[in-house]
Amino acid sequence: MATANRTIWGFRRENGRVGVRNHVAILPLDDISNAASEAVAAHIKGTIALPHAYGRLQFGEDLELHFRTMIGTGANPNVAACIVIGIEPQWTQRVVEGIARTGKPVAGFAIEGNGDIATVAAASRKAKEFVHFASAKVREECPLTDLWVAAKCGESDTTTGLASCPTVGNMYDKLIPAGLYGCFGETSELTGAEHLAAARAATPEIAEKFMRTWTAYQQEVIEAHKTSDLSDSQPTKGNIAGGLTTIEEKALGNLEKIGKQVRFIDVLQPAEAPARGPGLYFMDTSSAAAECCTLQAAAGYVVHCFPTGQGNVIGNPIMPVIKISGNPRTVRTMSEHIDVDVSGIVRREMTIAQAGDALIEAIAQTANGRFTAAEALGHHEFVMTKLYRSA
Amino acid sequence: MPRPPQVLVHDRRDNVGVVVVESLSAGSDILGVVTEDNSEIRVACNQDVPIGHKVALRDLAVGESVIKYGQDIGRVVQPVRRGDHVHTHNLKTRRW
Repeated sequence: MATANRTIWGFRRENGRVGVRNHVAILPLDDISNAASEAVAAHIKGTIALPHAYGRLQFGEDLELHFRTMIGTGANPNVAACIVIGIEPQWTQRVVEGIARTGKPVAGFAIEGNGDIATVAAASRKAKEFVHFASAKVREECPLTDLWVAAKCGESDTTTGLASCPTVGNMYDKLIPAGLYGCFGETSELTGAEHLAAARAATPEIAEKFMRTWTAYQQEVIEAHKTSDLSDSQPTKGNIAGGLTTIEEKALGNLEKIGKQVRFIDVLQPAEAPARGPGLYFMDTSSAAAECCTLQAAAGYVVHCFPTGQGNVIGNPIMPVIKISGNPRTVRTMSEHIDVDVSGIVRREMTIAQAGDALIEAIAQTANGRFTAAEALGHHEFVMTKLYRSA
Repeated sequence: MPRPPQVLVHDRRDNVGVVVVESLSAGSDILGVVTEDNSEIRVACNQDVPIGHKVALRDLAVGESVIKYGQDIGRVVQPVRRGDHVHTHNLKTRRW
């Protein structure tokens, strides 16, 4: 198959992974370090700050997830080098050491005892060095299948299950056997199709691990807090306007994203990096778009395929998000957000296989450096997942 | 395909199809295509149905399952006639 030999121009990182963007990230460890991080990013051109809302008084599994997300974000191959700024030195250093395992340049700065101004001055000096380091990097020819490509759908409607999700599934069916890493998540949005998802696990043990993860979510989150129709959150008002009536219907469309043949080879915790080699992975995530994309980027995915029906406009600061829509109205009314128009599928002018090839072309172009719609429009939603209230 | 369909159906077992054109009005004679095998079906639509919404392919009684993708997507809560718009007013999840 032609796709198996296809190459892209990417950034080969110190640890061998391939990135498609070349960011110098200014990563605040906690909410109160956002101001200093944004000041550095405003001062030093070619850097990007990643402000977020958390990082203080978290504990247990929730704190581990925070660290995993921070370290994974800095470690992502789309990041050439990283500055970490935190209020206290110890936790800041823990993130620096985690990112340093990739071999990339990383430096940490603590605000306590120094103040914002001295911290910003010192971090800016280091950030400038990192910008020179990153901007001297040259793209290299790499196999397309060296990419890690995640997927998640949003503002779904019935065309998602007919066209845009099967397009992503077709891409996975073609590229994963050739060596791609894939990822799907959205634990709550598989409800109604969980039996079909479990049947796509590579072994009975992986199926059992998937069902344990799905059941735990049902019991600990849904059963503990549920209201009728989850307060119009599942399906959402947008889903319902688009014709989706029940969570079962939404889940069946969602699952079309994993194609017809490929099987998933592990169940990942939120933001956990895949460790079983090339293949499709399921990650336990929220179904909220920004949370899910942030976790997938923190796990190391470098390109994202995002099917949408009604027109979700999500982006991510470090991982380009490619939008695919098969809804003829959405591609007409929200054309600036859509990268791959597959509405020909519902008119029976385009086959799923042709749509899958068009998506592979868009992935290659994006990997080579072409901006996605979300990048051009400035969407860089970075949203940490929080498991429970802080201490 | 010579003429674009107004409704697509995922699976031969389905009892609903999805409207894939804008402004489908009551009384329209619909051409439906089953994507699984390209077979055609015809149904007269009883109400205006927006793009993306479902049309019943046969009569459905209260308590029956609505089938889409060959799977149960919920239970009928108001009687449905062939050609009716199927949505939150007559279909409810079995999950929460």
